Amino acid sequence: MINLIYLTVLLPLIGFLINGLFGRKIKNEKIIGTIGAASVGISFLIVLGAFIQTVALPVDQRSNTVELFTWLSVGGLNVKFAYLVDQLSLTMALIVTGVGFLIHVYSIGYMHGDKGFWRFFAYLNLFIFAMMNLILGDNFVVLFLGWEGVGLCSYLLIGFWYDRNFEKGTTSQAAKKAFVVNRIGDFGFLLGMFLIYMTFDSLNFKEVLSKATTFPVTEATFGLIAIFLFIGATGKSAQIPLFVWLPDAMAGPTPVSALIHAATMVTAGVYMVSRTSIIFASAPAVMMVVAVVGLLTAIMAASIGLVQNDIKKVLAYSTVSQLGYMFLAAGMGAFSASIFHVMTHAFFKALLFLGAGSVIHGMHDEQNIQKYGGLKKYMPKTYITFFVATLAIAGVPGLSGFFSKDEILWSAYANGGFIFWLVGMITAMMTAFYMFRLLSLTFYGNERFDHHHVHPHESPALMTIPLMILAFLSIVGGYIGLPKVFVGEHGNLFESWLEPIYEPAMHKLAHFGSHSHFEEIMLMAVSIALALSAIYFAIHVYNKKPQIAENVSAKFKGFYNLLLNKYFIDEAYEAVVVQPIQKGSDKLLWKYADVKIIDGAVNGLANLIEKLSGVIRKIQTGATHSYAVIMMVGIAAALFWLILSL
Amino acid sequence: MSTVPMEYYLVLSAFMFCVGVAGVLIRRNAIVVFMSIELMLNSANLTLVTFSSYLGNPIGQVFVFFVMTVAAAEAAVGLAIIIAIFRNKLTVNIDDINIFKW
Amino acid sequence: MNIQLILFFVLASVAAVTAVMMITRKNAVISAVFLVLNFFSLAGLYLLLNAQFIAVVQVIVYAGAIMVLFLFVLMLLNTETEHKLFVDKRGIKFFAILVSAFVFVQLAFLIFKGNPTRTLTPDEAASINSGTIQTIGHELYTNYIIPFEVAGFLLLATTIGALVLAKKKFE
Repeated sequence: MINLIYLTVLLPLIGFLINGLFGRKIKNEKIIGTIGAASVGISFLIVLGAFIQTVALPVDQRSNTVELFTWLSVGGLNVKFAYLVDQLSLTMALIVTGVGFLIHVYSIGYMHGDKGFWRFFAYLNLFIFAMMNLILGDNFVVLFLGWEGVGLCSYLLIGFWYDRNFEKGTTSQAAKKAFVVNRIGDFGFLLGMFLIYMTFDSLNFKEVLSKATTFPVTEATFGLIAIFLFIGATGKSAQIPLFVWLPDAMAGPTPVSALIHAATMVTAGVYMVSRTSIIFASAPAVMMVVAVVGLLTAIMAASIGLVQNDIKKVLAYSTVSQLGYMFLAAGMGAFSASIFHVMTHAFFKALLFLGAGSVIHGMHDEQNIQKYGGLKKYMPKTYITFFVATLAIAGVPGLSGFFSKDEILWSAYANGGFIFWLVGMITAMMTAFYMFRLLSLTFYGNERFDHHHVHPHESPALMTIPLMILAFLSIVGGYIGLPKVFVGEHGNLFESWLEPIYEPAMHKLAHFGSHSHFEEIMLMAVSIALALSAIYFAIHVYNKKPQIAENVSAKFKGFYNLLLNKYFIDEAYEAVVVQPIQKGSDKLLWKYADVKIIDGAVNGLANLIEKLSGVIRKIQTGATHSYAVIMMVGIAAALFWLILSL
Repeated sequence: MSTVPMEYYLVLSAFMFCVGVAGVLIRRNAIVVFMSIELMLNSANLTLVTFSSYLGNPIGQVFVFFVMTVAAAEAAVGLAIIIAIFRNKLTVNIDDINIFKW
Repeated sequence: MNIQLILFFVLASVAAVTAVMMITRKNAVISAVFLVLNFFSLAGLYLLLNAQFIAVVQVIVYAGAIMVLFLFVLMLLNTETEHKLFVDKRGIKFFAILVSAFVFVQLAFLIFKGNPTRTLTPDEAASINSGTIQTIGHELYTNYIIPFEVAGFLLLATTIGALVLAKKKFE
């Protein structure tokens, strides 16, 4: 099965080609949907088979490479198109194909009747193809191929409804924003790749990671590589300063938000940091930068999410915030915790988005939660699953989110100190608060919509069954990562599974401060208590006494506006970065450099040659007489040269 | 002979040659151009005879003999051509006989 | 200062002056006359160089035959006198004179640089004999007999050619 891993990449590509080339002619939605979903489903089964096969192998044989062909062979650079099947890539592949399959099935129901149905599934399959390349690639180049590919598919899918407006602009502008901001990050990533090649003379993961421990590379070089790679990660995974595209990405259909902007593409950055953990571990300064950026992103995004009124916006900022947690974990050296959170986050965030899609679908495309209320009785299945997901993300013990978030907070305390834990804890409280605000405003309380015009209804089975499966996973998914304090040194299955991947990095990191078990359990208890109180507070305000919320927002009007307008960061970027570049390009680069200098040089050269030839042309008069004069000039010159050479 | 240094003859010959060239270049009457060409030929003759005399080798003068023959032949034919052209164009001004000019 | 040097300078100056005069006269016939004078002075120079045969042939052929031909043609064509020399195309004419002068200077420089009187060994005894008609005739009829005959053919061709070209149309 491991040797068939390339099929997991090939099948979605075939699905893309079939649906893309012939989808318009195959009018039958069922066929298109089946092709799209089945390609991912079969991929999932193959990955599962490879996973079972790998588990059966002894620990030191769990890393296998499946080579396809030689891609680039230029000078000293030899890049093969090959896939690395090891613990980390299998974990990511299971998440991508598994959750991806569920979202494909969901989309068959959600996109029913859309005139671009075939296009949607073609793009979705293309996305899975690119994402699989990203996580399975055994060298930086294949990873980068996938990296760019998912960026492209993100653009295509955000701007899927190309004829619609979105907030102050169009969906195409939102798609462009995503692509351009991603590109900025990609530039950083490329620089990192170049540095890696310069330093280690190879782009293959195994070679680079083994050389990273043996070559005499300065900490500064490691730091430079790591910071460039991290810039790429901030672009793809929406961290400060390049997170601004993700809220705008909500212009796309909800399954897109679920798949790309919650479960898979945005986790590419976290995966990449995990894969190159040895490089980061060799540059402690950058690790701290990663952790701080993650932490700040987490709390900033959570604060914005407190006051948003669009259901998808709340979830978008929540995603940014949770991604911040993942980077916080990575920065604190808890790489397996970050991947663990990737997995649990994939489950409950995808579920949240799909549930939101179900609500939007049932409320006839209304997205403003101020117009919801009391939907519990109209959409019971959606409500139950949404409730489960909300419990998970809030970190209620017993569900998956609790285990992963707790591990992150513990590593923050152990390696960063009390402040890190405190900020993380405040963010967790905010997370619980805004999620339960969302739940209350949507499903509880009085109906704030006009009952005569809007008839909310439950979604069809194609949409609710994936919801239920994801809810199940959100509950049980955490039990493979139980904290060591409960189950002993090797009881955390997830961490032990991934341990060989991070071994080199862990050697380099200063040993974790050995804090006592007692502290860990104390912190756990404190965090549970704080989270539950935040939940209670949210339900109390938004369910029973909404006027409290209004009073608070009136009292702190300035601060409320700041949060509602997302700290005016977009506006700041527009003024400081976008406008100067646009004006500069227009006035300076275009009108001056391009037109005057470059065109001028080319045209000027042509003009010069024209003038010159106009002058030289006159020598050929056709009159022998003038030729005689020129002959004499030639003779004079020849004699002069003769004299000079004497 | 030996009391007159050879360079003097050669310089004179060079001078006559350059005068001939100037004549070819600046005069517009075709016949005068021909006469300038004869002048150039004569300067070459002078050079040949000078060397022949100073080296005591008669070959130089034999060559002069042939040069004169050819010069005579060329002058005759050239003037015949000029007469033929004059019949059509009624001018010997070389600026006006520019039928090659496009 | 011996007689040869004086003779040389006289003849040389005549040659030079008449040459310059020839190219600067407006009237073509005057130019032709000056050219005749030039040929005569050249003949004198040839005598000074012991080239008796060549001197005589110069007078007979060049001054006597070729220049007479020129004068006949000039009379036939009845050309008007040219405009003044430097009216048209002044630029080119100045430039041409300049180029010619420059070439002359270069040639003079090269001649003096080459220094033939020192590098070549003059042979006095033979030089007297080399110009006699016996010597030249001997060379012509033995070593250079073929070019001699060819020259004859050339003259034949010239005669026929000149006749054909200058004739009026065949009736």
